[in-house]
Amino acid sequence: MVHLGYLMLLLPLAGFLFLVTFGRRIGDPVAGWIGTVAVGGAFVVACIVLAGLLGLPDNGRVVVDNYFTWFSSGGLTVPVGTLVDPLSMTMCMFITFVSALIHLYSIGYMKNDRDYSKFFIYLNLFVFSMLLLVLSDNLLLTFVGWEGVGVCSYWLVSFWFQRESAASAGKKAFIYNRIGDAGFLLAIFLIFERTGTIQYESGPGGGIFGQLHHLDGGAGLAAVLLLFMAAAGKSAQIPLFNWLPDAMEGPTPVSALIHAATMVTAGVYLLCRMNPLLHVTATGSEIIATIGAVTAFTAATIACAQQDIKKVLAFSTVSQIGYMILAVGTGAYIAAVFLMVAHAFFKGLLFLGAGSVIHGLEDEQDLKRMGALRRYMKWTTVTFTIGFLAIAGIPPLSGFWAKGDVLDNTFAHFKVLWVLGLITAVLTAYYMSRLEILAFGGKERFDKVGPQGEPALHAPHEPPWVMRAPLVILSFFAFFAGVLDLPWVHTDNLSSFLAPVFAGTLYNDHLGAGPEWALALADIAAAFAGVIIAWWLWRGDEVYQPKLEPAFLQRVWYWDDFYDTIIGRPAQRLATFCAWVIDVRIIDGAVNGTAELAKATGNAARKLQTGYARNYALGIAIGMALIIAFMLSRTWWG
Amino acid sequence: MLHAVPLLAATRATWPDILVFAAAAAVILVGAIGVVTSRNPVHAALSLVMTLFGVAVLFIEQEADFLAAVQIIVYAGAIVVLFLFVIMFLGVDRAEDTTVEPLVGQRPLAVVFSLITLGGVLAMAATAHWVTGAKQVVGPIQGHVAGPTSPAGEPAQLGKQLFTTYLFAFEATAALLVIAVVGAVVLARRPPTVHADPEESTSTESELPA
Amino acid sequence: MSLSGAWYLGLAAIVFTIGAIGLLVRRNVLIMFMCIELMLNAANLTFVTFARMLNDIGGQAIVFFVLVVAAAEVVVGLGIVVTNFRRRETTVADDLDSLKG
Repeated sequence: MVHLGYLMLLLPLAGFLFLVTFGRRIGDPVAGWIGTVAVGGAFVVACIVLAGLLGLPDNGRVVVDNYFTWFSSGGLTVPVGTLVDPLSMTMCMFITFVSALIHLYSIGYMKNDRDYSKFFIYLNLFVFSMLLLVLSDNLLLTFVGWEGVGVCSYWLVSFWFQRESAASAGKKAFIYNRIGDAGFLLAIFLIFERTGTIQYESGPGGGIFGQLHHLDGGAGLAAVLLLFMAAAGKSAQIPLFNWLPDAMEGPTPVSALIHAATMVTAGVYLLCRMNPLLHVTATGSEIIATIGAVTAFTAATIACAQQDIKKVLAFSTVSQIGYMILAVGTGAYIAAVFLMVAHAFFKGLLFLGAGSVIHGLEDEQDLKRMGALRRYMKWTTVTFTIGFLAIAGIPPLSGFWAKGDVLDNTFAHFKVLWVLGLITAVLTAYYMSRLEILAFGGKERFDKVGPQGEPALHAPHEPPWVMRAPLVILSFFAFFAGVLDLPWVHTDNLSSFLAPVFAGTLYNDHLGAGPEWALALADIAAAFAGVIIAWWLWRGDEVYQPKLEPAFLQRVWYWDDFYDTIIGRPAQRLATFCAWVIDVRIIDGAVNGTAELAKATGNAARKLQTGYARNYALGIAIGMALIIAFMLSRTWWG
Repeated sequence: MLHAVPLLAATRATWPDILVFAAAAAVILVGAIGVVTSRNPVHAALSLVMTLFGVAVLFIEQEADFLAAVQIIVYAGAIVVLFLFVIMFLGVDRAEDTTVEPLVGQRPLAVVFSLITLGGVLAMAATAHWVTGAKQVVGPIQGHVAGPTSPAGEPAQLGKQLFTTYLFAFEATAALLVIAVVGAVVLARRPPTVHADPEESTSTESELPA
Repeated sequence: MSLSGAWYLGLAAIVFTIGAIGLLVRRNVLIMFMCIELMLNAANLTFVTFARMLNDIGGQAIVFFVLVVAAAEVVVGLGIVVTNFRRRETTVADDLDSLKG
């Protein structure tokens, strides 16, 4: 049973191929159901494999299956195989589960779209790539999955590519990912050069992890930083996070799946998978933790000033992943994975809820034009509120426990970063409350004409059951997922399940009951503080409060403008220069110049053809003189 | 570098030889310059005859009697007469203007390169030791042909070589002469006045632009 | 005994050069032809000189052939001149420039 890992890959791939061939003919909604069933089937297989894995003893839960060799060149052999262990199975479980729910949701959301089947084609391919990323047993195959999710993200973000902004956003996402990918490739090269293998555990000499002594000092730090660059690109951390807010141009299910639950967690997964490497140097982990904390804080501040419902959630994602990266940097890998799982549930729920709101309000996404939706969309309100409570960190929902774990471990290592993390928790509660109030609370604003003349909207209606069911299911998990790893339970929970994967590198700091309680109280206080402040500031009718939403925050701390000035514009100038000067004048000039030279030479040589026999005879005379001179030189100088 | 120049050393020359040579040389040179500088083609032809006579004399000096005779008969007797025929036939026996030279640089360049050639040839002849080759490759000039009582002398020797060693070349030149005659007949035919048929006229005419 | 061959060779070279200059400088086709004859004669003289110097009849055989070929050449050449003259009433070589590039 535990060897059925390949089936998890084949089912979404089969769905993809089937839809590519027959999707357009089948159309709405059968294509959507086929896609959903494919991913649902993968989830069932994941459960079976998990059961098989649990049947193995605690420290024997590493199953590597090698199917065939992709290629072999010189000293490098790249197999195609799966690595089934607690980490990869945890990832597979929530990936397939949340993906299946989002497929179901999309059947309703994408109804009547003219590219209905194409959407599910991309989604299935995406799930396949993500599972490949998570299940592969070597770095190169992980990279294949990495690239696959990047490409699918590009396609899905620019799904409505007729819109200029969507096409641009897709490009932006892909380019930022690419920069990270360069780091990934360099890391693979470095690791292969030093350890002679790219397989995690099963290669010659015990895989990468068995050969880590070759990667010490500077090389190790370089490898860590390069891998972090890859993670920063994929998981939207500083300095490569700008693409995620723009990626909200894609349909909401895409945002839920890719930019909340799965793709953006790939970076965290990579770092967790390579955890032995991260412990080669302490500096690497410190840098990672710092960047994670700073990103979390920065994104949280920006989210406080956003007007678009999806942009708030996007920056919230960046912030939460910042927490996960912070956890990875402090060696608290299990906390990071726990938060990843919980985040998949509540962020997925929040995005789907936002999609429901957008769907109901005929594609209106501006918070300032919503209001009092609680009266019209009861299911959405309840589920969304559960998600909001979870992310804000209100006990006993999952977010409180997961974020608590992260902050506990941070406190044990870096007090400064803990302070930053705590402030971020306050901000998280604040901006989510603000969103909740503006969208669902207060009075209706959508039935009036907008400030720029947008027409008044009809009262929204609840979405169909295909969209409501995932909301309900996810809200259930968002509420109760905390049971995965309650602090006072020490056996048969997520920690004990994942512990063997991180053996030797896990920072297992039990702070003792006293400090833990104090930190828990601090977390609760932070969460409630945020909620109360938001309620105090936003409870009135005045929704336009520029002092609370300064331009600095709205413009993403001017990061986009910074990149534009430093990189974008010079690159454009360089491109213009290349196009108009190098290409036209130099290259074309050289080519045309050669032709002109040939023509000119021909024209000049043509003058020799005078047509006069006497001139030709003169040529003969000149030749004769030259030959005589040559013979003379031969006689004189041999 | 400069090898011994046995060629330039005076050999056992006698006064009559030198005189004959000097006279013939003078005739040749005058004739040559006459050909080149005459304005009237008829004068040029007559100068050419002068030169040919001088060359014939020198042939006799060099023990090439038969060739001297052939030179006079063929060259001076036939070729130059042919020239004069054509000059009269075409009616171009008028003097032409030799001072105008429409082609740029033709005259100076011609003189320069010809003089370079001349200088080169003379220098080579003076200094090279490989200018002369093996002696008597084909056969002696004076000798007996098939026995001491058969005719001897240069014509006999020449005849012997022509009909043995160079037989193929001999036959080829015979054919060449026939071809030349046929060619001349075809070229010089008048186009028939009855039919203005382009096929009847000479083949090379149709290619020449009007 | 006659003079050493060097004198004859020198004379032949001078006549050849005079013929060459004449060929390049004169514009009348017939006179150019005569200059060619001059050059041929100079060559003949050279051959005969070498035949005598090397006591070899081969040199004279060559002269014989040169004579024959020169004759044939003059025949055909003058035929061409005549044909040309019928087309355009000129014996100036410069007027035949239709192959100008």
